[in-house]
Amino acid sequence: MAQTVFLEAINQAIQEEMRRDESVYILGEDIRRAIYGATADLLSEFGEKRVLDTPLSEEGFFGAAIGSSLVGMRPVVETLTSFMWVAMDQLVSQAAKMRYMFGGQATLPVVFRASMFYGGGAAAHHSDRSYPMFMNMPGIKIIVPSNPADMKGLLKTAIRDDDPTIVFEDGTLFGMRGEVPDNSELPGEELLVPFGEARIFREGTDCTIVAIGGSVNHAIAAADQLAAEGISVEVVDPRTLVPLDKKSILESVEKTGRLVIADPAHKVCSAASEIASIVSEEGFWSLQAPIQKVASEQVHIPYAPALEKLVYPDTPKIIAAVKRTLES
Amino acid sequence: MEIDRDLLLLMLRRMWMIRNFELKVMEVHSAGEFSGAAHPYIGEEAVAVGACAALEDTDYITGNHRSHGHPIAKGGRVDKAMAELYGRVDGYCKGKGGSMHLADYSIGILGESGILGSSVPVAVGAALAAHIRGDKFVSMAFFGDGASNQGALHESMNLASIWKLPVIFLCENNQYAVTTSYAETVAVDHVSDRASAYNMPGMLVDGQDVIAMYEATAAAVARARAGEGPTLIEGLTYRFEEHSLGLGRVARGAYRDEAEIAEWRKRDPLDILEKTLTSQGIATREECDAINAETVAEVERATDFARNSPFPEPKALFEDMWANPIPQP
Repeated sequence: MAQTVFLEAINQAIQEEMRRDESVYILGEDIRRAIYGATADLLSEFGEKRVLDTPLSEEGFFGAAIGSSLVGMRPVVETLTSFMWVAMDQLVSQAAKMRYMFGGQATLPVVFRASMFYGGGAAAHHSDRSYPMFMNMPGIKIIVPSNPADMKGLLKTAIRDDDPTIVFEDGTLFGMRGEVPDNSELPGEELLVPFGEARIFREGTDCTIVAIGGSVNHAIAAADQLAAEGISVEVVDPRTLVPLDKKSILESVEKTGRLVIADPAHKVCSAASEIASIVSEEGFWSLQAPIQKVASEQVHIPYAPALEKLVYPDTPKIIAAVKRTLES
Repeated sequence: MEIDRDLLLLMLRRMWMIRNFELKVMEVHSAGEFSGAAHPYIGEEAVAVGACAALEDTDYITGNHRSHGHPIAKGGRVDKAMAELYGRVDGYCKGKGGSMHLADYSIGILGESGILGSSVPVAVGAALAAHIRGDKFVSMAFFGDGASNQGALHESMNLASIWKLPVIFLCENNQYAVTTSYAETVAVDHVSDRASAYNMPGMLVDGQDVIAMYEATAAAVARARAGEGPTLIEGLTYRFEEHSLGLGRVARGAYRDEAEIAEWRKRDPLDILEKTLTSQGIATREECDAINAETVAEVERATDFARNSPFPEPKALFEDMWANPIPQP
């Protein structure tokens, strides 16, 4: 199995899908020269019509991607989460609503790849982790990969899915290396990760940590440190938030009786809030301790590294939260 | 330009269909047969009918809240449109969209949008698909003078121009965004003047004259199909009725004086076309009246169809969310 960097996994997924299906094309800002790396070498292989550099017009080109998807194309839009604000009308009024509003006539196989550049001194205008806001809006599938293999496999699935999808690509993972199977090793010779299936990274019996995106690695580190103290932690990565594999979460909590949720998004009305709500409603009698949310503080992202590092979930915070669940 | 007689009569039929559809909607809405907003297109029929007469079924349109004229002009069915207004299962959108969200994907009507300006980038996207694949279809975005101030329109015109996309930006300038006048809110004399900023032709057309609308649009469509890029067309027109049904009861203070309304009503697009047809010997008075009467009858049948169509079952609430369904949370 090959060691692959997260960004290379994105690139492989797009390249493979563009080779497989001529209706797949990619558009965004500065993608021909691949300033983030994910779109390297696509222009030379697929040409200018399928690799489109756009003007700074998110509302315009998000809408154009949506419109092209209605008539048979499969666009992949590259953007940053923070640039989605200026195109919110297209995402909400059009992408999310069209199919339902038109009684099922519209089909929108469009993928928005949104980078989350937090944790690196990018400050408030470039550091958004906005997936909970889209979970609140019916009509868009949401994936938040935590490692290179899932990144590749989920993105390929997203491109083939017939509904609008936003892929929240965690910038703290861009340089992460991980094992991505070679296609020749796989059944069907390709990596496709289904939506709505959580992945269990560590099995344990004392506490469940449900972790999202860049928090997954912190949760795994926490689990390993706690194991040394004799505390057995299960780490569950939902991988997709819409659809959400609540069955795996509830089964894990049934086994451990305790739940910590690690979520890089702001903690109010977050993915963590929704998961806590589900477990409160449907898994309450399994719980032996109050649910602990470890999510970003409800402040904007400050520039100063001394402050920014205080905002997000990290391994010590997760360990402390697990220990709180074990006090009762 | 020599226009085929059949096409002229088709345009007359579609204009009468819109007029009689809207008159019926006003009647049954005030009788309380259905609730919800509806925005009459009366007075503006020549704009959509002339523009859509230059399109094929394989071409695409998107529209806005004043939404009944565009689909009828494109050849849509009045029975499915009326059933949608009544919120019934046989409506175009199974009752989920209502007046402002009519769509017919079988003939290229990609959907009306209640958010103004919002459907313009969508039309550009359909044209982008044609550009990438090398297809010959075109797309057309209907929008009003109000939406001509939206950023979405300006981003769309720039995108379409740099990529030379086969799209027609069709502004229905009825001169008022609800109660706010176009003259007070648009920085240029004419919406069509805005084309020069995006290096495309801008055409100012008499929107009460369906033949003028058809000729201008046909030229823009030919340019688009030839790969020469987009065109902005402004049809100058007037809304004879209120912004939306029921608004007269809540709008405080007149924003249009009676003399202005009366002046524009003298330029009824149906009178103008019928005068042309009868004076040039293309159709007789009786033929024109017969077309009107046939559309009245078809609208009556459509209304009966709508009244007799069932309401959606509760289970329909959860249908049509996804193409590849997922569990409801």
